[in-house]
Amino acid sequence: MHDRCGWQGCPQRFHGDLAVTNTLSDALPITVRNVTKTYGRVHALDDVSLDVKSGEFLTLLGPSGSGKTTLLMVLAGFTRPDRGSLKFGDAEMIRQPPHLRDVGMVFQNYALFPHMTVAGNVGYPLRLRRVPRPEIAERVEKALETVQLAGYGERRIDQLSGGQKQRVALARSIVFEPRILLMDEPLSALDKKLRDRMQIELRQLHEKLGMTTVYVTHDQREALTMSDRIAVVNFGRIMQLATPQQLYDQPDNKFVADFIGESTFLDVQRNGDTCLAFGAPIKTTRPVPPGDNLSLMMRPERIHLIDGPPAPDDNVFEATVSDLVYQGESFLLYAHIANGPEVAVRGAIRGDTYASLPKPGAPVRLGLHAADAVIIADEGR
Amino acid sequence: MVNWLRRPASETQVTHGQRLWLYVFSVIILILLVIPTFIVIPMSFSDSQYLEFPPETWSLRWYRHYFGSEEWMQATRTSFMAAFLTMLVATPIGVLAAYGLHASKLPHVRAAFVLLITPMMVPLVLVAIGAFYAYVKLQILYTMTGLVLAHALLAIPLVVIVTGAALKGYDMNLENAARSLGAPRWKAFATITLPQIRFAVVTSALLSFLTSFDEVVIAMFISGGDNPTLTRNMFNALRDQIDPTIAAISTIMVLVTTLLMVLAQIFGKNKTG
Amino acid sequence: MSVTDMNAAGLRRDEHLERLKLFGLSSPALLLVMVILVIPVGWLFYVSFIGADGTFSLENYERMITRKSYGRIFWTTFEVSLLTTGICILIGYPLAYFMAQLPPRLANLCLIAVLLPFWTSLLVRTYAWLVLLQKNGLVNNWAISLGLWDEPIKIVHNLNGTLIGMVHIMLPFLILPTYGAMRAIDRDYIKAAANLGASPRRAFWTVFFPLSTPGLFAGALMVFVLCLGFFVTPAVLGGGKVIMVSMKIVSNIELFVNWGAASALGVVLLVLTAAVLWIASRFVNLERATGGGH
Repeated sequence: MHDRCGWQGCPQRFHGDLAVTNTLSDALPITVRNVTKTYGRVHALDDVSLDVKSGEFLTLLGPSGSGKTTLLMVLAGFTRPDRGSLKFGDAEMIRQPPHLRDVGMVFQNYALFPHMTVAGNVGYPLRLRRVPRPEIAERVEKALETVQLAGYGERRIDQLSGGQKQRVALARSIVFEPRILLMDEPLSALDKKLRDRMQIELRQLHEKLGMTTVYVTHDQREALTMSDRIAVVNFGRIMQLATPQQLYDQPDNKFVADFIGESTFLDVQRNGDTCLAFGAPIKTTRPVPPGDNLSLMMRPERIHLIDGPPAPDDNVFEATVSDLVYQGESFLLYAHIANGPEVAVRGAIRGDTYASLPKPGAPVRLGLHAADAVIIADEGR
Repeated sequence: MVNWLRRPASETQVTHGQRLWLYVFSVIILILLVIPTFIVIPMSFSDSQYLEFPPETWSLRWYRHYFGSEEWMQATRTSFMAAFLTMLVATPIGVLAAYGLHASKLPHVRAAFVLLITPMMVPLVLVAIGAFYAYVKLQILYTMTGLVLAHALLAIPLVVIVTGAALKGYDMNLENAARSLGAPRWKAFATITLPQIRFAVVTSALLSFLTSFDEVVIAMFISGGDNPTLTRNMFNALRDQIDPTIAAISTIMVLVTTLLMVLAQIFGKNKTG
Repeated sequence: MSVTDMNAAGLRRDEHLERLKLFGLSSPALLLVMVILVIPVGWLFYVSFIGADGTFSLENYERMITRKSYGRIFWTTFEVSLLTTGICILIGYPLAYFMAQLPPRLANLCLIAVLLPFWTSLLVRTYAWLVLLQKNGLVNNWAISLGLWDEPIKIVHNLNGTLIGMVHIMLPFLILPTYGAMRAIDRDYIKAAANLGASPRRAFWTVFFPLSTPGLFAGALMVFVLCLGFFVTPAVLGGGKVIMVSMKIVSNIELFVNWGAASALGVVLLVLTAAVLWIASRFVNLERATGGGH
């Protein structure tokens, strides 16, 4: 039997190796070390190491094939890595089968058991743990209340809507009070409005229950909304692990810069401790990273149109407008920097400002504040 | 009716009228497919030696002959017993094999699958004389054990294919969800997967039963002595002369089959279906 | 050795053990097939090379080439199999096409009618045809009363009767895969063909038919292979005039107790079956047809 709450000494009841109740306040940290998984010559996971803090909501964000789902499956026990270590708290879990890991898991297509009712589904993990029947009924109802499905116990699965199925899956995964929750793109099958609402609800649920949560998604907006920290994953490696704000403002490499939000890159040349673009030095408040392949990251929201004299901390670029797109609450202006790339500029539309924007073909001056000028060295490959 | 003939029958706008020949032809063939099975039923009640249709005089004499003959009754008991045991043996073995091959990622899975299908591909006669030869050596010739084993051999490919197909269409995530909730693999299979593939399992069981019950060639060689099967006796009777008792037996067999199919439908349907 | 290196060996062991355990679930079935099928047939293969005097000899195979009766038997077997397959295709394809055009409810009804013979005993069906086709059986009686012919004709205990019976038995085997393939054809292909200017006949032959051929091929192959080794129906409906390889094997054992001859015939039959399957597998993915593989 591995040691569970050792450092807190919380009261625990066990059936076999499965915990029956936990005090929700002792969520477990997750420690991943050197996990590698290869299929033939493909590295699904390439020497991945990661620390998830106790009670944290951490998102694994990446495109399809990046390895984020594989990593989640390693955490759950369905994928056995070639090597590595995995600890929940102090307990080594890497060789434990899935049914002994005591984690809650929500699958992409809910994986609700069609031949049972809602109560049957939610009560399943409790029946496995030989919880007495009256207690099962009580805890099932409580779990359903938590996901706002009170009284739905007798419904059949095929009578539920997508959003309701999602909540049942959630209820089922928390009813036995696991200290770690894993979620595999649980909202991807829902329509936009429902998805947006569920994101908020999931976040609130996390704050209420406090369990360590690892969440997988490819939607960067979702990740930014819900997470304490985000691990951007690609090519089986973690490209950067940071808070949403850090990822947005200080991306480590081009991949992260382009995956979180949008950006265009302008090649710049190193000049000692500073950089040059078209011969002129770049004004920036950030340090220039080491390396040779330097780029200036230009986010559409951070570029502004200069009308009149530029501010002293502005980087100025001469450009010609190539296209102007109306988007309701904002506009998108595409401009070709002289001898450089085409960049996008996004700005809010207030009053009748749209009419006074420069038209395609007109010259325009683009400004980037020194505080927004981020130099990136790494390709992220 | 004339209007219907002029309406388009498919995306290419060809009309029902142009396709009428196809409809008539198909209906005729369908009738011809079904009739022979059922024609024996009324004929079995014919009093004459020559099995007329429609029977000139109705009588139960052939049924009386069947139920009154100890030889036929013994053979019937043997056939039912063999079929029942075959079902009990082949279904679990086949379902487990289908599941094991479906879930295992060993490269030998394909080869194993082919091996399990071979009883269907090898000419039945060869299987029969092979079994005969082996049983003589093993001294289980003319025993129920030998018969059940050989019939189970024939039934297993069917079970594996039917169950395998159901597993392919089944979402393994359901089993994984059960495992993540605390069920070891065998429990997840028993409580979650098995109920979901219920229809395939019941169908496989039924197929196993019928495979054994109807089987002629193998039974011809390895059932006999004390344990001849119904089909063996029927076949021998057919080769000699057209004994009308066979019509009565055939009717009973058709009824048994139909009953089993109905039972399969009842027990096989998913609760949510 | 670091912790992670140790885990690597253990993880490998766990993975291998799990795969073995799952594979092991199929071991009872595999064992049964080995003991009752593979080993005895292998033994028969060996026996076929043993002559009447108990020593190694090719006489069993030579007999097949020298004796004319054997040549006739092989010819008959092929003839019956080819004819049955051909007739099944001619009858079965249009029927499958018809069913594929029906709305699901009606199609299911027809499917039940097609599957019904499957569930009924082979012996019962063969017997039914025996009764229907006999001299004063239904077919003759009705044909005479309808004026189709004057005297009862012999349509059983000969090749015709055998063919009728076998086609009836084999039709479901052809119809099912063909129907399955047809149902899977995306209707949009036909619409596209029509939209591009194809007449209904053209659309059928250039789009629908080619897409249905894998199913048709699988069905025809199954029918042919089954006919090669078939015993019951030709034995009952052939009246001793239609002798197929399977019947010769049986008579060799039952009448002459000539294991050498019988097993040699069996081996040839098996090799023929395997050859046909192998040739077919060059053209069609057999695994998908029987629902195997991953």
